[in-house]
Amino acid sequence: MAEFLWKTIGHHFNFWVYIVLLMLGLWATIAKNNLVKKLMGLSIFQSAIILLYVSIGTKEGATIPILDHHGHIPSESHHADVGPEIAAHGVANPLPHVLMLTAIVVGVATLGVALSLVQAIYRDFGTVEEDELLREIKSLHPDG
Amino acid sequence: MNAKVSATIAVIITGAVLLYGVADFPDFGDPTSPANAGVEGGAPSASLHFINESYKETKVPNLVTSVLADYRGYDTMFETVVIFAAGLAIFVILRNLRSDDPLPEPLPATEDRFIDGDHQRIIVGTTCRIAIPLVQIFALYVVAHGHHSPGGGFQGGVMLGASFILVALGGNLRDALARLGEDTFMRLASLGILIYAAFGLVPQFLGRNFLDYGVLEKIFLTDGPEMARSHSMLGVEVGVALTVMSIMFAIFANLSSRGEMRGGL
Repeated sequence: MAEFLWKTIGHHFNFWVYIVLLMLGLWATIAKNNLVKKLMGLSIFQSAIILLYVSIGTKEGATIPILDHHGHIPSESHHADVGPEIAAHGVANPLPHVLMLTAIVVGVATLGVALSLVQAIYRDFGTVEEDELLREIKSLHPDG
Repeated sequence: MNAKVSATIAVIITGAVLLYGVADFPDFGDPTSPANAGVEGGAPSASLHFINESYKETKVPNLVTSVLADYRGYDTMFETVVIFAAGLAIFVILRNLRSDDPLPEPLPATEDRFIDGDHQRIIVGTTCRIAIPLVQIFALYVVAHGHHSPGGGFQGGVMLGASFILVALGGNLRDALARLGEDTFMRLASLGILIYAAFGLVPQFLGRNFLDYGVLEKIFLTDGPEMARSHSMLGVEVGVALTVMSIMFAIFANLSSRGEMRGGL
């Protein structure tokens, strides 16, 4: 049993963690009644996606994707006679980092927009609970 | 059925499908995975080109910066525009310019108020006073040194914005707005985008593509297009930092004062 679990989960442990995080976020987005809690769920969901992308760029034993001041890959000196493909294993993949770097900041900005919408809803309706909002809206439009 | 029960069922089904799909993923930290090394027999992955060639093409040791500001210049520019648009959206949604409420009375001056803010906030105020200059200097370092060490416009901009938010949290929003007023930060946010767009438009006037920095060697008088790319990246990072700083503070100022921009938290 333990061997089976290690075979299944062992090398994909990171993905299992992200999927659990993603499930938490999705559940909060669907099931919570409070709009602010829904937004927290969305943020947790987003964190799971960001972690997934960053972990895709990981290479075992590699360092950060910053070269030394002569443009050499830091660990290149250890195996100088290898080709560029093997030397590239010495630094992490920079592309997922770039994509997530912008995604994090844009995520903060869009979360700000969402929170300001919630605040405008609170200003106009006096509540951020979804069921109360639906009742208010129905009473405003009795014909449907 | 109860909404929570159906939500739980939907989430469990989604999670199970994802967990099943993950079994085919490459191992964690595998350097030969398709994302890291490309597909066998196919074209090499873009990241291999970035790792092996980008220093020769841009003279920037930080690969993340060179990919962010040069190879993916369009993406970064319009991400910055998205952030600016988010700031404008918050302004449109929340900002209350025609408030009928009278301005809140300023706090009565007492002998204890030798530090900005309430006398109960001496510890917080003093700590913020010590911390804020250090945060700002480090943020400037992160922006300016983003070529050679971890950092860049987004990170430094967020730190600069956080330093102004710290002024508002340690004292009050009025103090923060006195240092970075609303018209100032909206102008700075637009200026950041314009700086970035200028680095795109100038090469176009010199007969190259939008954001093709290499041709700027004629303006920067560098020895070769590589150093021109390096200098241009610093320029666009400064633009990104200005926009991100302004919009982060704008989000906080609008949200914490319900669009009144007066009392705040």
